Amino acid sequence: MSPVSTTSSRVIYDALKACGIRLMSALPETWLVHLIRMAEDDPEMILVRLAKEEEGVGISAGAHLAGVKSAMLMQNHGLLASINGIVSCAQLYRIPLLMLVSYRGELGERDPWQTEGGGVTEDILRALRIPFVMLEQPDHVAQRIADAQTLALASNKPVALLLRRGLMIEEDGAGRAGGAGR
Amino acid sequence: MKRIDALTAVYSRLQDRIVVTIMGAVAAELQSIGHRPNFFYLQHAMGLASSMGLGIALCRPDRQVIVLDGDGSLLMNLGGLTTLARYRPRNLVHVVFDNESLLSVGGFPTATSTGSDLAAIAKAAGVPRTATARTLDEFTRAFDEALAAGELTTIVAKVEAVGPSAFVTDLGLLENRFQFQRYLAP
Ligand SMILES: Cc1ncc(C[n+]2csc(CCOP(=O)(O)OP(=O)(O)O)c2C)c(N)n1
Repeated sequence: MSPVSTTSSRVIYDALKACGIRLMSALPETWLVHLIRMAEDDPEMILVRLAKEEEGVGISAGAHLAGVKSAMLMQNHGLLASINGIVSCAQLYRIPLLMLVSYRGELGERDPWQTEGGGVTEDILRALRIPFVMLEQPDHVAQRIADAQTLALASNKPVALLLRRGLMIEEDGAGRAGGAGR
Repeated sequence: MKRIDALTAVYSRLQDRIVVTIMGAVAAELQSIGHRPNFFYLQHAMGLASSMGLGIALCRPDRQVIVLDGDGSLLMNLGGLTTLARYRPRNLVHVVFDNESLLSVGGFPTATSTGSDLAAIAKAAGVPRTATARTLDEFTRAFDEALAAGELTTIVAKVEAVGPSAFVTDLGLLENRFQFQRYLAP
């Protein structure tokens, strides 16, 4: 199993902080472990661990109306599990959501169970008319996260950032991004 | 106990607190007693009123937040009850009007009509204070105790499955949302 990149996780976390994010809801998966630990260790961050990702939509809606900037951390299957909340709460009520979604099931995926979700993720986002951008390299992370938040706040709508394998997983011994953990 | 009477009985306590309700019948009833800018009615997004209340309570520890939930709505987000219990904000009072039915969509019975006990579920989820109220007196007492306790409380109010004849009011969804946000602005 190739390790999840602490360096990239740090770059993402720092970018979220730079955007003024003060509350993060999260449901763990392997790619997100460092990000969640960083939130855990940060006394300035309210970390809300969820039972199901859809709760995070309600929590972010409450945070937004209360004047606090928040982000949601989940894998693409968590996005699938949140769809009604996104449509019936965030979109219906014009709530900006900054969604960081680990993009499992793409090319290079070794876990068979991740492959169906990977195949529908972008189409689902398009069907929901949610603008999205890939996070693939550390050097564009800060700008893309800031831009996504700017658009979310200006439009009062959800925006998604897809965290890709190349960013989240350290290259293995063969010098290529290999199969990730679960 | 009728829900409208329970709402009327505690309306004076709601006036200056942050209130988040579920959709349909509850929202229309509270509006019929009197809408205020600190009341938000989460129409349609079943289950998420309690999550929204949690988000507000965590971000505004200086304010008391009251969630007016329903049995059908809570049953759709039982996991959220464990999240509420996990963070147990001291400034949140969670009222569940349990009419044992999906009143707003034809009154079909929910599982609380066949014995599922939401107060027991809340307690088992870890909510530090829970109560079941069957009469108006019991409800008013439990509500006032919860406000005074300064500890997360879930009150299950057993109410009759009756409500207003119509659920659509002249308060626009977005009008309510922006008014509420402006009210909450520090
Ligand atoms: C996901 C979803 N499924 C179905 C509905 C339709 N619906 C609207 S209100 C409601 C019932 C809500 O029941 P409860 O929370 O017990 O409140 P009551 O209507 O009894 O006051 C249902 C099923 C919906 N809004 N969302």
